[in-house]
Amino acid sequence: MRRNIIEKIWDAHAICNDEVAGDVEILTIDFMLLHEVTSSQAFSLLKERGIPLFDRTRMAATVDHSIPTSRNRLIIVDDAARLQVASLRAHCEEFGVTLFDFDSGYQGIVHVIGPELGLTQPGMTIVCGDSHTSTHGAFGALAFGVGTSEVGHVMATGALLQAAPKTMKVSFEGAFKPGVTPKDAILTLIAQIGIAGANGHIIEYSGSAVKSMSMEERMTICNMSIECGARAGLIAPDEVTFAFLKGRPYAPSDSRWDEAVALWRSLASDEGASYDRELTIDVSELSPMVTWGINPEQAISVYGTVPVVDSLPETHKAVARQALSYTGLAEGDAIRGVKVEWAFIGSCTNGRIEDLRSAAEVLRGRRVHPDVTMYVVPGSEQVMAQAEREGLRAIFEEAGAEFRMPGCSMCLGMNDDKVPSGRRCISTSNRNFIGRQGAGSITHLASPLTVAASAVAGCIVPWE
Amino acid sequence: MRAFTSITATAAPLPLKDVDTDMIIPAQHLTSISREGFGAHLFERLRVRIPSLFLNQKRYSEARILIADANFGCGSSREHAVWALLDAAIRVVIAPSFADIFSSNSSKNGLLLVVLEPTVIERLMREATEGALVITVDLESQAVSTSDGRAWSFGYDPFRKHCLLRGLDDMDYLRSRLPMISAKKAELEPYSFFRVGTPNR
Repeated sequence: MRRNIIEKIWDAHAICNDEVAGDVEILTIDFMLLHEVTSSQAFSLLKERGIPLFDRTRMAATVDHSIPTSRNRLIIVDDAARLQVASLRAHCEEFGVTLFDFDSGYQGIVHVIGPELGLTQPGMTIVCGDSHTSTHGAFGALAFGVGTSEVGHVMATGALLQAAPKTMKVSFEGAFKPGVTPKDAILTLIAQIGIAGANGHIIEYSGSAVKSMSMEERMTICNMSIECGARAGLIAPDEVTFAFLKGRPYAPSDSRWDEAVALWRSLASDEGASYDRELTIDVSELSPMVTWGINPEQAISVYGTVPVVDSLPETHKAVARQALSYTGLAEGDAIRGVKVEWAFIGSCTNGRIEDLRSAAEVLRGRRVHPDVTMYVVPGSEQVMAQAEREGLRAIFEEAGAEFRMPGCSMCLGMNDDKVPSGRRCISTSNRNFIGRQGAGSITHLASPLTVAASAVAGCIVPWE
Repeated sequence: MRAFTSITATAAPLPLKDVDTDMIIPAQHLTSISREGFGAHLFERLRVRIPSLFLNQKRYSEARILIADANFGCGSSREHAVWALLDAAIRVVIAPSFADIFSSNSSKNGLLLVVLEPTVIERLMREATEGALVITVDLESQAVSTSDGRAWSFGYDPFRKHCLLRGLDDMDYLRSRLPMISAKKAELEPYSFFRVGTPNR
């Protein structure tokens, strides 16, 4: 039988279990990432019930969501956040879980450090208490976000109860025009199928455009799978994947490298494998995208205009009205030229070295607009060190941007990095939900190129 | 996990599509390491923005059932969203569709999600908005009914139903299958290339 990569990984990890009625199967999980926000209650549950960890060598933790990104981050001023981080440290110590803490050289956003450490490998099942876990799918892993109860299940049993997914193939074909990036491609997909467009499905991304993408670019694509409702998104591993992994701390040892690569190659979908749904997008037609509303499907070309509510399908009108009232934009207005007061480069979507390089390229020799506050937050200590070595930090600082310490930062405003109420931010992050970047904040999602260009202009513009 | 069998209660309307978990509980409240106390911040941002929100109306103070629109619970995987609803005494959400992770999290905590046809939801939404709508939701018979005798059946996964009626959580089930899981892990071991804590280089 011809199988696609999703079915291959699923079949290898699922336990056929006739006793279980319904569609639920036991899925064994190879690896779990932990962070401070969604793990404490799971550890506590294990302790209350006296349950040991199933396998502490199949998990790793870091701090990213609620930590400060200021230079003096070691002292966490916020009481609740300090307690939360202390709780993660104590639990990791008690249960013997490896923690990539501040100044370990590897602290950072969970979805940035997994790949950096070589922990994310093709063919694995990976979970984390975070919906952007789909990022790891860029390596041909089946990776998805789970709630805290499920984090507890994996801690205790190395497995989860899951219904088998439906499968979907999205082909990105062609070559991008200058100034258009994979971020624009994934925003286009989300705008096209909607934020519930792939509910219940796992997406395989393929096509000539995906094949020529770097790992960083593939991670941006897979990262936002959840924004169209998909349970996960992945890309078959190839030479680009293997080259990225080779030599990383947890990548296969030299003696097992060839064996690993042979195994990974066999994961690619069989010729003629079928999917529940298929869709093709020609990326050569795309322009830079920016969101205008309060969820990621409300995205348009940066050269476009805010939709007229009456022109939208009936089911979309109420949310559109809510969006216009929140963002203060008017129907039919050009999105280009809308004033911004904040700019954010960072997050698990676009906080990697290539993202910082492309933003720095735009900012080199230019100044951030005097009315704009710009944060550049590297995704990890590795990214930060690399950016410093390459002189990117100097470029950002000379341009007047703040180069901060690694973490999730202004993507979700769990720490002090918040966009003030009523202020407008152009952001490389993944969600423009109401108040996502702080109560009353207004978010416009875009690529690093568009964000950097807009920071200089003081208003939404493409990079030209 | 809290068992769910049946409930008869006032239904509150939330006529907004794509309600995300940031709306249900903003990230700023996620620094708590408890499972309790999130109800106080339920729909915090919407309470300010929408004066007619059910939480702003005294007549819904006894509501235990929420009538919502499509794709309820999208976005972040935060289980805190489910904890916040339960903490605010909501035991059932009825909607045309739900997001996947939210749906999974609900089943782990005894929050019953009921999917009904959009036309039925539309009618119930209107009745809950215009007057006092009291609904009975019965899991055993998989039926939603109103006091005037109207009834609709809903689908529910048999395994999830078994667990929810008895308050059984996945943890006990999975632990009882540990030998099976360990055997599968042993089968997969040759395809594994690292153990955390002992880097390959």
